[in-house]
Amino acid sequence: MKNFSIAIREVGSIHVLDISGELDAHTASQLENSLKELITMGKTQIIVNCNRLEYIASAGLGVFMAYIEDVRSLGGDIKLSNMTERVYNVFDLLGFPTLYDILDDESEAITDFQSK
Amino acid sequence: MSNKTTKYSISVEASTAYLAEVRNFVAHHALAHGIPEKDISEIRLAVDEAYTNIIKHAFKNKPKKPVNIEIGFEDGLIWITITDEGESFDPSTYSEPDLLKRIKNKQRGGMGVYLIRKLMDQVQYKRIGDINEIKMVKLL
Repeated sequence: MKNFSIAIREVGSIHVLDISGELDAHTASQLENSLKELITMGKTQIIVNCNRLEYIASAGLGVFMAYIEDVRSLGGDIKLSNMTERVYNVFDLLGFPTLYDILDDESEAITDFQSK
Repeated sequence: MSNKTTKYSISVEASTAYLAEVRNFVAHHALAHGIPEKDISEIRLAVDEAYTNIIKHAFKNKPKKPVNIEIGFEDGLIWITITDEGESFDPSTYSEPDLLKRIKNKQRGGMGVYLIRKLMDQVQYKRIGDINEIKMVKLL
């Protein structure tokens, strides 16, 4: 039984991943597969909406670390949005806010991509 | 000194399949003891990271042997010990991860030990015979 799920939406050329539940060493491979698939298809404008993400461990953060360089070198980005305070704190403890675009709302991430 | 300790334990295989169960085990008892929500979420994450490290490093992702998790409540503190019979692990080789460097090298992981130290007040690793023990303390 998995306590984590992903739904993918398209907003123009942008792909939004709605992730929900608990992202840990057991469920991280699901996120990894989704990201890998998008990147393989050349879809590199990616937003991960964390609105329904209840929990994240470092294995989940590791997925973002593994693919950000690839995506950026292809001219895209992985932007994160709508985090709860508790989830944001984990990103913050590991220094993510200086290296990743973490936005309060998905609409800001969309605007960022569209203004490029 | 610890004349008012209440403790609970659980034993699970070394597998990520049990991560949620282990997190819920510590959260459930902490909640029942009236521990503040912020402390509970920090303990859940620290236990997750410690158990994940055991699965990956002590057992190299091969589930077989049990991992024992014990949580104890005393006046003003909570302690958690996790024991396993896998390969021992030397935390002294770990320092604060350089995130930028790791991203450039596409490295991941290695952040668990750092997180545990940030989340808990005391962390101690021991090898007793064939048993590895990590003891984490959170002051309340």
